[in-house]
Amino acid sequence: MYLGKVIGTVWATQKHHALVGEKLQLVQPLDATGTSVGKPLVAIDAIGAGAGETVMYVTSSEASVPIKTRKKLKLVPTDATIVGIVDSISIKTQFETVDSETR
Amino acid sequence: MTLGKVIGTIWATRKDEGLVGMKLQIVRPVGLDLQAKDGFLVAVDSVGAGVGEVVLIATGSSARMTEITKNKPVDAVIMAIVDKLDVAD
Repeated sequence: MYLGKVIGTVWATQKHHALVGEKLQLVQPLDATGTSVGKPLVAIDAIGAGAGETVMYVTSSEASVPIKTRKKLKLVPTDATIVGIVDSISIKTQFETVDSETR
Repeated sequence: MTLGKVIGTIWATRKDEGLVGMKLQIVRPVGLDLQAKDGFLVAVDSVGAGVGEVVLIATGSSARMTEITKNKPVDAVIMAIVDKLDVAD
C-alpha cells in the first residue's frame, strides 16, 4: 500500500465493463513526509476521494480485490486502486536503536 | 494504470496460441500534458482503441484480468479510452 495525493480526474466513457461506474483519479505518489516521489498514475477510486486529498492506494493484482468483492466479479482489470483517505500521519523522525540481544 | 497514446498496430501471424485473435497495439506513454515520453510498449486491446487515441493501460498480472486475456501470456492491456483529463493546480 502506498501514499498519494489526488491531483485530478480522468474521464473514460469506453472502458472495460467491469469498470463501468468506477471513478478514475490521477494520483501523485508521496513519501511518508508528504513529498512527491515518482510519476503520477491513474487509479480506480473505490471510496470517493476528491482532488487534493491524501489517499492510500494498493497496486498490482491486489488492486482488483475491492471491486471484485463489491461487484462480485472474477475479472477486474486494474493495477491501482484507492482504498482509503488519510486523515493524519504521525512518524518518528529518528528510529530507536534495536538491541540485538533483545531480538 | 498509466496513460498512453496508441501509435500503431502489430500483426503477428506466428505467435503463442493464447494470443490468437487478440489485437496488439503499440502504445507510447504520455505525461499529464499528453506529450509523448520515451519508450513504448505492446498492449492487448480489450476496448477497441484506435491509432491516435489516449488510453489507460493496466500492466503486470492485472493485465490478465479481462475475459480475453485470462490465463494468457499478456502483461499489458488497454482497458479504457480516455475522453478527458482534469488536473488540479
